[in-house]
This record gives sequence, structure tokens and C-alpha cells, in this order.
Amino acid sequence: MGRKALGSLLTFIFVLVFNFFLFRIVQKDPIGSLFRGRNVPQQTIDNLRTAFGLDEPIFTQFFYYVRESLQGNLGISYQSRQPVWDEIVAAIPETVILVGVSAILSALIGTVLGIVAAWRRNTWKDHGITAGTMVFYSMPDFWLGMLLLVGFAVVFPIFPVGGFATAGSSAAGLDRLLDQLNHLVLPALTLTLAYLGEYALIMRSSLLDVMGEDYLTVARAKGLRDRIVRRRHAVPNALLPVVTLTAINFGFVLSGAIAVEAVYSWPGLGKATADAIRGPDLPMLQGLFLLFSAAVIVFNLIADVTYAYLDPRVDH
Amino acid sequence: MIGLGILFVFVFIALAAPLLADIRELNPVFARAQGNPQWAPPSEFPPLGTDYIRRSVWAQFVWGSRVSLFVGLAATVLTIFIGSVIGIVSGYIGGKTDGGLMRVSEWFLVIPFLPLAIVLASILGRSIWNIIFVIGVTSWPSTARLVRAQVLTVKQRLFVDRARSLGGTGWHIVSRHILPNVSGLILANATLAVPISILTETTLSFLGLGDPSSASWGKTLEEAFVNGAMIRNAWWYFLPAGIGILVVVLAFTLIGRTLEEIANPRLSRER
Repeated sequence: MGRKALGSLLTFIFVLVFNFFLFRIVQKDPIGSLFRGRNVPQQTIDNLRTAFGLDEPIFTQFFYYVRESLQGNLGISYQSRQPVWDEIVAAIPETVILVGVSAILSALIGTVLGIVAAWRRNTWKDHGITAGTMVFYSMPDFWLGMLLLVGFAVVFPIFPVGGFATAGSSAAGLDRLLDQLNHLVLPALTLTLAYLGEYALIMRSSLLDVMGEDYLTVARAKGLRDRIVRRRHAVPNALLPVVTLTAINFGFVLSGAIAVEAVYSWPGLGKATADAIRGPDLPMLQGLFLLFSAAVIVFNLIADVTYAYLDPRVDH
Repeated sequence: MIGLGILFVFVFIALAAPLLADIRELNPVFARAQGNPQWAPPSEFPPLGTDYIRRSVWAQFVWGSRVSLFVGLAATVLTIFIGSVIGIVSGYIGGKTDGGLMRVSEWFLVIPFLPLAIVLASILGRSIWNIIFVIGVTSWPSTARLVRAQVLTVKQRLFVDRARSLGGTGWHIVSRHILPNVSGLILANATLAVPISILTETTLSFLGLGDPSSASWGKTLEEAFVNGAMIRNAWWYFLPAGIGILVVVLAFTLIGRTLEEIANPRLSRER
């Protein structure tokens, strides 16, 4: 456990180093970029340069970067001129809601589909599920979003076209919640459809592996009904890879919806990334990248630990 | 088999592009001079209507296939090349080199792929070659791991054989044993990597990181989105490119899975 944590820490340090030096290569003149297009006296620029420590050796700058980052100071956005930290933190809840809901739904539905496909393998149900999920998995997720958007918000205006809540609305309490849920439907549907294929496929092959095992033959020999064999014996053992996959996917929660958020103008981290690209708002990109990487590292660690805990065959 | 058929069709379209659609149709100035209408549906302007600056959507689809396929294939070649070399070197030499290389690949696997690609693309600038480079550089780890595992298996077998036979075999002979055994796996992996490359290029283009002067399917989707094709319900604008991507990706996936079964018989028991 300790070794895994150390490994994760090491990876995170690599991320910091990478993040810093990569952006430094590009940002030859951060101060100039910050005030691009504005008329600022040279003295001010020089003062700022000193204040930001930009005339010091690069390794000192790196040290400042790490110190400041760990204290939450991630710089100032070129586009909004607000602190990057504030912008990022404001966008986190929206993304967590969208991707969290989608991840849970796709995991549940995908797993069930995988079970059905494996249990009835090589029948029409199996082929249908496998083919269907493969099709959804093969399309660009944002394109699916565009299709759903046109279908259910333009052609049949059932759902809103984008955003998190109706602009300028003064609804409160339950009304507001319902409004937000209404806005959540299409983006969540898009992500769920796009990613349930992965769960279905993994559950299916995991269950197929398990189905060949001896203890199932024993259970059947005992005379247990098919459905009970499935529910009590086969499925729980086959769930292990799915659980690990879910844990890992939560790590990608924050970065998983970039293009889809852009399509629906969903005000989360994805949209922030898409907007930052158009700048390019380098401090935002740098901060976002740090956050995305940190999330994946943390959740991978959790997944590792969970797997070791759940599978008695792995010694920890 | 269906996969091969589909692929054949699209490769044909890509290669035959000049015959199927006039490249000048991609030039907005030309389009205007032709008197093309804006936002015309296919009923008005066959076969696929026009876009916001009067260009033929069909021409974009046909010519876009070239870019999307090229970038997908080139990026995959780069990925497979880097991945295979590292995998073989790592597996064969072993020891500290192996440990070090695997640590690096682990790092790449942990870092969220799309943000990394975005960061690199933002920094390097918008060109086809940069996109190819970015995809290649971020996708090699899974290939490397796969190849390395296979090399290790082959190495085991070889040492057993060598222990039995007398006389040393040179490095060249050994690699003549390793490579043939690994190449089947590499091919299967490559075929499955093409969809990832294509989808990544599409997403990167959609986000605005694509080459502004080229017209990949991803770029078409980006332009459609940015110029309000969805609000106008200009389905002829964004459907073809997406369907194209979907079908090509499916084709490669189908072929890849079949190849995978051939290269790795262990998997076929699941069928």
C-alpha cells in the first residue's frame, strides 16, 4: 500500500515537472501575453517580471511554481483575467454532476447488458447487444451529442439546447432543480450511450470467463435454477473487473466530457478546456491539466487498493 | 469480412477523390462565383447540399476522407513504430532499461490522454504533422506493453530451446525468431489502434486544434457546430462526416478483432 502511494506521488511529481517545463518552453513572455493588446508602460512590465520571479534561474522558477501550485495559486487566466483556481473550482461541480451521473448509469446499464449478452451468448440478444454497443462506441461522442441535440431539442423541442439552467430564470428550490435536471438529460444521455459499451463488453467477457469455472458446474449439479446460479454465483465473481473499471473511470470523470460539454455549452471543466484552447489560455490549460492528472492518479490509486482488497487471490 | 468491404469502399473514395468531386468546390471564393446557395439541403443542391459559405458538402466529405484516413493511418504507424521498438527493446534487454521504459509508459498511461493531447497540440500549433505527432507520442504505451509481454513469452521459449541445443546463436538469429512471432500481434494491435487515432484526430479537430487549411471530417464537424448547423437543423452538413467516421472506425474494429483472434488463439475460446 505504501509502495503504491509512493508510486503515485512520484507520478504526480513527474506531472508537475512536465507541466511546468512544457509550458515554459512555449510561454517565452508570460507577462507580455497577459497584457497582450493593452497599453502598459514598460516599467510596469519590468516590475511584474521581477515580482513573478521571471528573471531568476529556471529551477528557482520551478520551485516557485510547485510551492504556489500546492497553495492553490495557479496563475491568472489570459481570457478572463481571474485567478485560474477560482475558475476551475467553479466549474468542478457541474462536471462532476454530469459525468458522475453518466458514469453510474453507463456502469449499471452496461453491466446488465453485458450479463444478458454473456448468459445468452451467440443468440440474437448477444449479437444485438454487442453490435449495438460497438456502434455507439465507434462514433465520436460529441457527434452523438450533436445528433441528440438536433433530434430532441431542435426537431422535437422537448429538451433545452444547452447550458446548465435556463438563463435569467428566477426559479428557486424544486423548480430550479427540475429545470437543471431538464438540462441534464441530453448531455447525460449522450455520455451514457457512448460509454456503456465498454462496461457491456468487459462484463460479458468477464462473465464468460467465470462461466467456465468449476464451481458453477457444482452449483448446477446441485440442482439450482439457472437464474439463481447466475445471480448468486456467476455474476458476483465476474463483477471484479467492472468494479475496477468503474473506479478507474471515475478518475477520468473530470476530463471525460470535454467535447460533449462543448456541444451542450455545459459550464463545467470540459467547456472551460474548450474555451481555453481557443485562446490559447495557457495558464488555464496548465491548471486544468494538473487537475485532470491529479484526479486520475488519485483514483487509480483507489482502484488499485480496492482491487487488492476485494480479490483474495492478490496478496497485499 | 464486412469490415474489409467497407474499408475498401472508403479507401477507394479517398483515392478517387479528384474524380468524385471537384476540389475547387472547397474554395469558398469559387463556390460563391459558382452561384451556390448557402445552407442548401440536398434536395436543392445534390448530392449533399451546401454549407454556411456555399461549399459543397459532398466535396468536403470526399476530400475529408483523405485527410481523416491519412492522419489516422500515419498516426497509427508512428504509434506502432514507437510502441514496438520500445516493447521489443524493453522485453529483450530487460533489467534496468526495461524497468525505466516501463515506468515511463506507466506515466503516459496514467495521464489522461485527451488533456495531454490537447496540451501538446496547443503548444505545438495547428498542423497535420503536429496532430500526427501528438497522437503517436501519446498512444504508444499500450502497444509497447503488449509487444513487451509477447517478447517475454518468446524469450522464455527461446532460452529453453537454446539450453537444449549446443552453440550460441547470434543476436541476429534471435531477432529473426522474435520478430516473426511478434509481428502478428503488432498487426492486430495496429488495426485496432487506427480507430483510436481517427477518433482522437476528430476530437482534436472539433476542439479547434486541427490544421486550419485541411478539411478532415473532424474539421467539417467543427465548422458545422461553430456555425450553427444544429440550430438550423442542417442535417446534411454534420451527418455525412460523422457517419463516415463511424463506419470507418467500425470497419477497422471488426477487422482488428478478427486479426486479434488469429494472432492470439487464446481469445477465441470466448466465441
